[in-house]
Amino acid sequence: MKRCMENTWELFRREFRAYFESPVAYVFLVFYLMLIGFLTFFVSRFYEANQADLKYFFFWFPWVNLLLVPAATMRLWTEERRTGTIELLLTFPVTLTEALAGKFLAAWAFMTFATLLTFPIVVTTMWLGNPDLGAVVGGYVGAVLLAGAYVAVGILTSTMTRNQVISYVLAFVICLFLALAGWPPVMDIVNKWAPSWLVNGVAALSVMPHFESLQRGVIDLRDLVYYASVMTLAIFGAYLVIENRKST
Amino acid sequence: MLEARNLRKVYGAIEAVRDISFRVEKGEILGVLGPNGAGKSTTMRMITGFLPPTAGTALIGGHDIVEQPIEAKRLIGYLPENAPLYPEMTVVGFLDFVAGIRGFRGAERRRRVESAIERCRLTAVRWQTIETLSKGYKQRVCFAQAVLHDPSLLVMDEPTDGLDPNQKHIVREMIRAMAAEKAILISTHILEEVEAVCTRAIIINEGRIVAAGSPTEMKARHPSGRLDEVFRVLTQGTAEQTTAHR
Repeated sequence: MKRCMENTWELFRREFRAYFESPVAYVFLVFYLMLIGFLTFFVSRFYEANQADLKYFFFWFPWVNLLLVPAATMRLWTEERRTGTIELLLTFPVTLTEALAGKFLAAWAFMTFATLLTFPIVVTTMWLGNPDLGAVVGGYVGAVLLAGAYVAVGILTSTMTRNQVISYVLAFVICLFLALAGWPPVMDIVNKWAPSWLVNGVAALSVMPHFESLQRGVIDLRDLVYYASVMTLAIFGAYLVIENRKST
Repeated sequence: MLEARNLRKVYGAIEAVRDISFRVEKGEILGVLGPNGAGKSTTMRMITGFLPPTAGTALIGGHDIVEQPIEAKRLIGYLPENAPLYPEMTVVGFLDFVAGIRGFRGAERRRRVESAIERCRLTAVRWQTIETLSKGYKQRVCFAQAVLHDPSLLVMDEPTDGLDPNQKHIVREMIRAMAAEKAILISTHILEEVEAVCTRAIIINEGRIVAAGSPTEMKARHPSGRLDEVFRVLTQGTAEQTTAHR
């Protein structure tokens, strides 16, 4: 058990540092913050609303993450396979689970770091007024969990191909589905031809209701279970893909 | 030290390795010869635990690579074909990572990294990122990674491929320097390499062992007494096969 933690830690550390060993991380972070800021202030008209309320700020996370999380994860396994380092990685005395966990946690930590760098917006709002602190914490917990679910999907798609662009597009499409499945305008269209059990079943897969309930500052066990299931399923899928890819 | 038992690997309709068994003891350097596509790389990938064999297995120091992969992998140092490395890391950073993965901590970890750098003559490039290195240096960084934990079994897939004569000479010297206390398995299609470093050799063709023995015994198999003639007779007339990599 100790050995397993240590291996995961070593792999995590290498992967997390790899983000900052190239300029990509800095470009990514700047773009991420600019996009969140732009959408909050100019598209949602944060100032004109005249309310020290962060709901317009948290509203954008599912969409910004949709665009950028696949970019942060597309490299993780595609590059291992393209450069052949996967052959080193999987012949080290580590299990595939440890290798997957190290990469997943590193990418998730990187996205958490990006998310938390938005703190000036929150600090400004607190200085201007009195936003509900519970909602702020809930909003951040929701944003981080959401990023985790997207990261897990991105890990899965990066195991499927050697091409980063394909990995990005696949992750984008799956995450878009997760975001839109429970979105009322989409559900209305589907409702016209599909039986309601199917519509409700598909809607239950969506991240949106879980993201929104956390935004209200309520940390519900069901939301946590939902995110944990999405992450576990996606990582398990990645495990199966690598196991089988090795033998072909 | 290493015992390959009836290794077999099938990729879809292609049978890359049919039935390969051999042993390598401590102090021996076994050369695996064969034309491109003969199944050398696939065999090595099964022995090192990268590919699961379709049938058969390999025992490394008594540990079954299929049943006890972690214990077996601890005893192996592996230099894959084309020396893959993480391009954005520095030489020191990469070797430190490998030392951590191999379970070394604290002062021992630093000592292992330093000794690998010294043994593989990497001092001059230690702070460089790997992508800026020449092919010869990259090969040596990957070699350093393979010997850092002082493995009982060293597996090298075409270790001198694409190097210039001076670089080949350095790599061969490094191999000879540690031959006494290890079992070493080298694949190559360069015949002079077998004569230069190996104590024993096997020739693989179409996934089967077609000849085995010391380089001298091998040469005696053909009236000309030359290894390349033996090689040609044993492997001729076989269409070049391409095996699916990964």
